[in-house]
Amino acid sequence: MMTETEKKAIQNDFKEQMDYDELLNCMRCGFCLPSCPTYIETDQQELYSPRGRIALMKGITDGVIEPDEEVTHSLDLCLGCRACETVCPSGVKYGHLLEDARSIIQSHKKQSVPVKMLRRGIFDELFPNQNRLEHVTSLLGFYQRSGLSKVVRKVGFMNLFPESMATMERVLPEVPKRKEIRERPRYFEHEGERQATCAMFTGCLMDTVFFTTNNATIRLLQKAGCDVLVPENQLCCGALHGHNGELERAKQMAKQNIAAFEHSGADYIVTNAGGCGAFLIEYDHLLADDPEWADRAKNFVSKLKDISAVLVTLEFHKTHRLKLPQQTVTYQDSCHLRNVMHTYEEPRLLLQSIEGIHFEEMEGANTCCGSAGDYNIVEPEMAMQILDHKMEQVVKTDAKTIVTANPGCLLEMKVGIERKHRTGSMRAVHIVDLLLEALDG
Amino acid sequence: MFSANEKKKFGKLKKGLIDIVGSENIDDSTSGRLVYSYDATPNYQSLPDVIVAPGSAEEMAAVLKLCNDMETPVYARGSGTNLCADTCPLKGGVVLLFKRMNQILELDKENLTITVQPGVITKEICDCVEAQGLFYPPDPGSMAIATIGGNISENSGGLHGLKYGVTRDYVLALQVALPNGKLIRTGGKLTKDVAGYDLTRLFIGSEGTLGVITEATLKLIPKPESQKTILALYQDLEAAGRSVSSIIANKMIPATLEFLDQDTLKAVEGFAHIGLPTNVQAILLIVQDGPAEIVDRDIQRIAEICREQQAVDVQLAASEEEAQKLATARRTALSALARLKPTTILEDATVPRSEIAKMVRAIADIAQKYDLRISTFGHAGDGNLHPTCLTDARNTEEMERVEKAFAEIFEKAIELGGTLTGEHGVGATKAPYLKWKLGEAGLEVMRGIKQSIDPKGIMNPGKVFADVSIEREATAK
Ligand SMILES: Cc1cc2nc3c(=O)[nH]c(=O)nc-3n(C[C@H](O)[C@H](O)[C@H](O)COP(=O)(O)OP(=O)(O)OC[C@H]3O[C@@H](n4cnc5c(N)ncnc54)[C@H](O)[C@@H]3O)c2cc1C
Ligand code: SF4
Ligand code: SF4
Repeated sequence: MMTETEKKAIQNDFKEQMDYDELLNCMRCGFCLPSCPTYIETDQQELYSPRGRIALMKGITDGVIEPDEEVTHSLDLCLGCRACETVCPSGVKYGHLLEDARSIIQSHKKQSVPVKMLRRGIFDELFPNQNRLEHVTSLLGFYQRSGLSKVVRKVGFMNLFPESMATMERVLPEVPKRKEIRERPRYFEHEGERQATCAMFTGCLMDTVFFTTNNATIRLLQKAGCDVLVPENQLCCGALHGHNGELERAKQMAKQNIAAFEHSGADYIVTNAGGCGAFLIEYDHLLADDPEWADRAKNFVSKLKDISAVLVTLEFHKTHRLKLPQQTVTYQDSCHLRNVMHTYEEPRLLLQSIEGIHFEEMEGANTCCGSAGDYNIVEPEMAMQILDHKMEQVVKTDAKTIVTANPGCLLEMKVGIERKHRTGSMRAVHIVDLLLEALDG
Repeated sequence: MFSANEKKKFGKLKKGLIDIVGSENIDDSTSGRLVYSYDATPNYQSLPDVIVAPGSAEEMAAVLKLCNDMETPVYARGSGTNLCADTCPLKGGVVLLFKRMNQILELDKENLTITVQPGVITKEICDCVEAQGLFYPPDPGSMAIATIGGNISENSGGLHGLKYGVTRDYVLALQVALPNGKLIRTGGKLTKDVAGYDLTRLFIGSEGTLGVITEATLKLIPKPESQKTILALYQDLEAAGRSVSSIIANKMIPATLEFLDQDTLKAVEGFAHIGLPTNVQAILLIVQDGPAEIVDRDIQRIAEICREQQAVDVQLAASEEEAQKLATARRTALSALARLKPTTILEDATVPRSEIAKMVRAIADIAQKYDLRISTFGHAGDGNLHPTCLTDARNTEEMERVEKAFAEIFEKAIELGGTLTGEHGVGATKAPYLKWKLGEAGLEVMRGIKQSIDPKGIMNPGKVFADVSIEREATAK
């Protein structure tokens, strides 16, 4: 329960910190409603729509309502997928409003000591520190390799967690040894004719749990004629922090990343995770009020591109033969890649240029799969409801391979396959892994 | 805050509502009420006491009877996209939702009708019938989100108004729940029906002030065989206006004839990125449909007329896809304009088509006189323009000027033989001006009708009928 003083304090901060012009920019036309997954999944509850959420934020700012549990629940249930932004004719920057509102509420939350410690542990100690992350990942690797995972599954330990987490544990890829991560070179030379220099943003999860996908990305870039650098001192993009109301920490991380890439001399800064890319590409907004960093952030942002956009720009699909065994393939958009980075044609174009593939567009491929960062852990019920509806569409395409462009989506689709009992007959892959497979094949 | 008495009354109301619809279909939480405290009209907000979602006509009738007995105001609410504060619960009370009454009930291909519940989204109806080679023409800009119940209650128009008419022209029959708890049926699947007063038309456009529509049967027509779209570009607003009158005077009725000025073009292009011309003062978006030879002939003649009226360029949409993009982009005009300034106040003045050029001129003059930024777009072919003032509600001095400017625009529209509102309804925003159009005697007839159907005044109070009318002389030039 929130106390009266807490509510007052939150209200004050809303008055002082929320961007009132942006709140007014919503003219309440409702054009965004049909695009919002939570509005649809709750059978059209305005409370869980973008228009409703903006009204709640404005209501608090205007002092018409208090920030009670229902308000926070409405905001918590938002996937942050930003589908509402792309359809808003008025150009309301919903994502920024949401981030600000969450940050204010978070800063006033009285958490129980264990939750607080866990949050501090995760947000302040673990993610901003690639070393520690690698360490934890290596524990996960030990857990998988030692056979402990089998024991734990047998004993039913995971049954204590929400179903989604239990399934998630089963679908995690085999993680690499810490040594492997450590020993990866920092420079890779182009193959064939030289096209460009790329600096690889490795990401926290991508460079631990999805290490092989990062390596595949580097391989593809080399084959596309790029020299690839992996700058030192980069770390997690900060998205998890930003979306969870830890904005100050996110800013610090942004600065470290900008500094890490600043002198790389690369033509492109490349990401392969829509979720990270979308956060990185808004570093300029995040640091807009910081005179020392604003321009440096702009410069960083201007070079940032998703791997599929880089490959298409370099005409990789025209200069290389891509081939796979006959199969139907479908693509699930990463919300952030699509709605924030506006990259959605390129992955489809790449897939369609693979011989042997029948590409089947899935109905609603552009809507969120329910993964949304850590959403499936925080709001498991809604996440699973969304995922099950998504899987119905996947099944309709008859696809054997579901392609995604973001680790969260990839895991979510894997969970979906398990829930549908299609393991074995259906697989989910990251687009770069499939492209590399097609190149070798 | 409720007094003890009010609390008791509310408790009784809530219990009665739960008995009818079940507790899962009512919501009286603060945030639940907040999100139904507004519609698309700027500057209006008022919290209802409770939100109710009945699941059938019978439940709806029972809810109305309960509210009537307890003298509690009710507000039917579709998607809340109206632009005259029509669903703003000004006097508290009950907001009625149709999310459980949103099914298409029947598509009758022999009689060419479709029967729907009020909560169906208009676009769903259009898509459903077009898949069968049929056509439901009324297509308000908001069709992708507005409900058919809302369309009927506002008698909404759209991009097809000029040739095909408005919602009214397609409603054959209604089922309506009345404040006394009775359900009535009006009209039928008939092209001819003179049994009694035309009650169907009485409820069309009644803005939820008489009863609640619980079912509607709509007329369909065959889908036109083909269509073509052109854009005519102008450096002179009045020339665009003259083209409209001239096309019609030359006995051609295009399916769509929309006007967009430069501000609107820039705002829409800023959202849609489809290559609209932004370096001209205005464009006309013109569509003709029908058999291919006639479409070709009309489009050619319309293009000639536009050139004669000093269009600087006339462009033909290259494909069906491009034409669709243009229509879709046009539908976003109002919301897109909202990106330019914190508050967008739009009006709906309508004049006979022959007067459109004069009205365009008058709007520009009035904007200049009051030093305001007014952009104009609209259904020019219907004589229905949407002068939209881009302002900031926090600037009270400017808001006063906005009010004066719009009073003068209304004045001018009526002087040219037009009306206050062509399609958006009277609601709360235009209620004080209604007398200008109807006169005292006209208003009296309306009050009589209202009194006989809704004697306790529970249906959407504060709308259409103003507590105080603005006197015309006081604001006249
Ligand atoms: C961007 C934008 C573009 C628009 N373009 C157009 C346009 O081109 N043409 C046009 O005419 N309008 C337009 N409108 C106005 C608006 O969309 C229409 O008036 C629409 O018909 C309202 O539908 P709704 O479902 O949102 O109804 P609401 O706004 O919820 O309700 C409108 C009125 O209908 C009443 N009502 C709703 N359902 C029922 C029912 N079942 N029984 C009785 N009364 C009921 C309400 O009480 C209220 O008085 C536009 C609005 C926006 C925001
Ligand atoms: S966020 Fe945009 S689309 Fe949604 S109601 Fe507001 S203005 Fe309309
Ligand atoms: S971000 Fe996604 S879930 Fe949140 S309001 Fe927008 S569309 Fe809905």
